[in-house]
Amino acid sequence: MRVLLVDDEEQLASALAERLCLRGIDTVWAASAEAALEAAKSREFDIALLDVKMPKMDGPELKKRLSKKWPAMKFIFVTGHGAENGIPGLPCKRPECDVLGKPLDIDRLIKKLHDMAGT
Amino acid sequence: MLRLGLLKPIFWKSQYDGQGPFKYLFDFRRIWWLAVMLSAGVALVPIIFTGIFDYRVTKQAMETEMALRTARLVSNTRRTVTFFLIERKAALDFIVQQQSFLNLKDENSLKGVLDGLQKAFGGFTDLGIIDDKGLQCTYVGPYELAGTDYSKEEWFQEVVNQGVYISDVFLGFRNVPHLVIAVRHNIQDGSFYVLRASIDTELFNSLLTELEVSAGGDAFIINRQGVFQTPPRYYGEVLGKCHLPIPQYSPSTQVSQAQDKQGKHHVVASAYIDETPFILLIVKDKNEMMRPWYDTRRKLFGFLGASVATILIVILGIVTLLVNKIYLADEKRLLAVRQAEHANKMASIGRLAAGVAHEINNPLEIINQKAGLIKDLFTYKKEYASDKKLTDLVDWIISSVARCGKITQRLLSFARHMEVTTDQVQLRDVVDEVIGLLGKEAVYGGITVEIDVDHHLPLLVTDRGKLQQIFLNLVNNAMAAMPNGGTLEITARQADTCLAIQVIDTGCGIKESDVHRIFEPFFSTKRKQGGTGLGLSITYGLIRELGGDISVESEVGKGTRFTISLPLAMERKQAQYESLTG
Repeated sequence: MRVLLVDDEEQLASALAERLCLRGIDTVWAASAEAALEAAKSREFDIALLDVKMPKMDGPELKKRLSKKWPAMKFIFVTGHGAENGIPGLPCKRPECDVLGKPLDIDRLIKKLHDMAGT
Repeated sequence: MLRLGLLKPIFWKSQYDGQGPFKYLFDFRRIWWLAVMLSAGVALVPIIFTGIFDYRVTKQAMETEMALRTARLVSNTRRTVTFFLIERKAALDFIVQQQSFLNLKDENSLKGVLDGLQKAFGGFTDLGIIDDKGLQCTYVGPYELAGTDYSKEEWFQEVVNQGVYISDVFLGFRNVPHLVIAVRHNIQDGSFYVLRASIDTELFNSLLTELEVSAGGDAFIINRQGVFQTPPRYYGEVLGKCHLPIPQYSPSTQVSQAQDKQGKHHVVASAYIDETPFILLIVKDKNEMMRPWYDTRRKLFGFLGASVATILIVILGIVTLLVNKIYLADEKRLLAVRQAEHANKMASIGRLAAGVAHEINNPLEIINQKAGLIKDLFTYKKEYASDKKLTDLVDWIISSVARCGKITQRLLSFARHMEVTTDQVQLRDVVDEVIGLLGKEAVYGGITVEIDVDHHLPLLVTDRGKLQQIFLNLVNNAMAAMPNGGTLEITARQADTCLAIQVIDTGCGIKESDVHRIFEPFFSTKRKQGGTGLGLSITYGLIRELGGDISVESEVGKGTRFTISLPLAMERKQAQYESLTG
């Protein structure tokens, strides 16, 4: 399973990516939307883990671009705004897309990733 | 006092202390006074003025009428009296014209003349012929007066000078009131004689005593010295002194007012009778005469009084009603302002909380992931796996972060629900959220919280934020009622299409006299401790907005039970203050 992790908090992205790798998930992280698009140019990911709020380009916009290029890609939004039951206006429909609130529980995240990837 | 209290308008208790966003717009008592005074003034001044004017005009008209009537009576009576005297004088004149001096000097023929006069006119008691020396040479009558010398008498001088004399009424030798008429007649030889007749006053008196004088009046004649010439009915005796002021001479009748010794007011009409010493007086009791007018006056004042009273009552009623309405409107405005302020405050707190929570969430997540990574490294690399203390420390960090995370989650959810939305709500979640927010307080306050709400009750379609606020307010109130600890119980059951929810505390309770007022805005028993008196009224308003209802049972010292009934599906939004106004 290949995962693209995008968060403007570099320390968070790198640490989380390392933890996922430790658990055998092939993770590439990016600290901005541009870097993420760059990384996704040539490689397809199964799931993209996106922060909702980011400078320049936010999560939903990034999702739109990524799914345009890779229609099969699935998404998980990570939000510091609480409310896993849904954020109004967020273009996110299960099962292709889901929302997780911060702080993340690693075990829940792994489970969710596996559920979505069907592995 | 009790009735007075009931009549007291509701705005009376309002305290005006200057203007401000959370104060009354008007000084209602001042408005009330101003409106009452102004409208009463405008309405009553013309009425009272007209009343006084009318009073004066009718009184004057009545007095004029009274004076005229009396004057007419005097005038008529004067004519009668004058005629009486002139008639007798004319009779004497006729006799001296017709009879020769010699003939009249003869006692027998004079007696015949007296008999003739008695028959024709009546009232003549004697006749006498006095020669130019003043000696009565012939006399016929009941007394022996022949030979009396009148030359020194005043009346004799006057009859000689004036040709005619009419005396006052006097007693004379005979001690009976009478008056004398004398006429002078010249004889051809240049001398003269005087025919003198005494007239009995009986006929003269009857002219006046038989006069019908209404209103307790009196009619009599006085001479110019104020001595009664005819017997008055009330004021004394004939030849007695009259105590009324003697009117000034006037050729016509005159009317004046006088006061007697008893202080009674009289209307006095008088007329001088020409060529005689007589003054005719008619005296009437003013009060008697004015009696019909007093009746009118009583009716006038009665009507005026009733009108004034009616106007005052109507003005008081209308002004009180209107000021009450303004007061209620102002109170509603105040309530709206305070509720808006409250809502604003909550929204501000919500935004602040959301901002803080969001900002904290990011660094918290970094701590979370870094600590997680450390733990992962320990676990996967096996290097420190055996160091139980280190992994425990990392676990503590992670669990503390999780705790912080829960707090920020709640803050965020609290903030989000300040906005108005309807969604599907599981009651238990809301209760848990509220208890989660206030739970620590309960623990410190020694309060046991028992929640008997099924996790799988039917979902409520309602406004989550408002429901949350309802529980926040009720739970807060319950905790405030139990400063020394107690039990807070929240239960919920489904009843048809409603949920019946109870919030029960074992606190201080509410006084019976206050129970029906606790949902009123601004009713507070905790003002000293900073209560606004709005908490329960807002709660009530919110429950009504959600289409529900709330009731309360309470016993002082035992506790309070709020029972809320909420429809599973909120029907429609009700006006926010409907509950308060209706």
